[in-house]
Amino acid sequence: MRGAQFALSALAMAGTGSMLVACGEAQKPAFRSIDVTGANFGQGFALTDFNGQPRTLADYKGKVVAVFFGFTQCPDACPTAMLKLAEVSKALGADAGHLQVVMITLDPERDTPELLKNYVPAFDPSFTGLYGTPAQIAETAKSYKAYYNRVKGAGAQSYTIDHSTFTYLYDPQGRLRLMARHEIDTNDLTADVKALMRG
Amino acid sequence: MRPQRMHCATCAAIGLAMLGAATTGFAQVTIDDPWVRGTVTGMRSTGAFMRITSASQTRLVGASSAASRIVEIHQMTTVDNVMRMRAVDAVPVAPGRPLELRPGGYHMMLVDLTGPLEKGATIPITLTFEGKDGKREQVAVQAQVRPVTAEAKKSGREGAHESHRAMGHPR
Repeated sequence: MRGAQFALSALAMAGTGSMLVACGEAQKPAFRSIDVTGANFGQGFALTDFNGQPRTLADYKGKVVAVFFGFTQCPDACPTAMLKLAEVSKALGADAGHLQVVMITLDPERDTPELLKNYVPAFDPSFTGLYGTPAQIAETAKSYKAYYNRVKGAGAQSYTIDHSTFTYLYDPQGRLRLMARHEIDTNDLTADVKALMRG
Repeated sequence: MRPQRMHCATCAAIGLAMLGAATTGFAQVTIDDPWVRGTVTGMRSTGAFMRITSASQTRLVGASSAASRIVEIHQMTTVDNVMRMRAVDAVPVAPGRPLELRPGGYHMMLVDLTGPLEKGATIPITLTFEGKDGKREQVAVQAQVRPVTAEAKKSGREGAHESHRAMGHPR
């Protein structure tokens, strides 16, 4: 797990570097998120949506895809991220149909398909939620270099989940392009999504 | 900020009936804008948020609610883009420096909810404080249930409005 964290830190630094470079080149869009174009991780997923439909990244080809790892019983980071994506969707107006937001649960034991179906579309009816077996989720998170770790709470049964909070953004060709930090504001995230839509 | 402001008088009125003893410290602590994130069917825990102001040095040492079997005090930190939550035993509240229970910092976690929390409802939460002299005092608040999608960072007028409506607060 520690390795994954180092990878993320290194990535964040590399991202900052490439952003600085990008600023010097007028033709390239200056993304607000970390530009990870060409990365060899986060190449997709094979999970199941809350309607029981098997889903892969290819299903959403032609759309900008935003992937977020979270869980429903997350008091603030996850709803904040989901709400921001819902605001982006609203800000896109007529182009909202070209964005697909996907929440992948890190808590497949408590996040049943029914719960995901109640939770995810509450933010925006177009959003979908994916689940898998704990092993599938672990494998998917690993392939995204996404860190998560279950932490025991004060009660015997209670636990929470530490997790990395990036939103992964794909262009309409299904290529991983950007990683948005949790702190990014709605306007910047909307600008990045629009830039990816323009290609 | 004009949300459901639980002045000492209000607390005392509720508190006297509910708690009986320990009225001496009631002038010390004020709770503003208490709210909880509503749940959708199947959710068994959620976060509670508020602002706590104290006239004297004190510590929040615990909380309980009829709405859940357990109430934990959590600290959230984000380091290197990793969000972490940890249960803590106590949180100090210094005079003149309100303690904000809000995303990015501390919050209460209602664990093992006794039922779904629907928008517009209110739930009771009793907070326990311990002063420098070791004396404990309890403050009862009614926290409004906001939608599961409620904006976590904003409070103030929008929240106040919602609070007002949801609470039907006499004033």
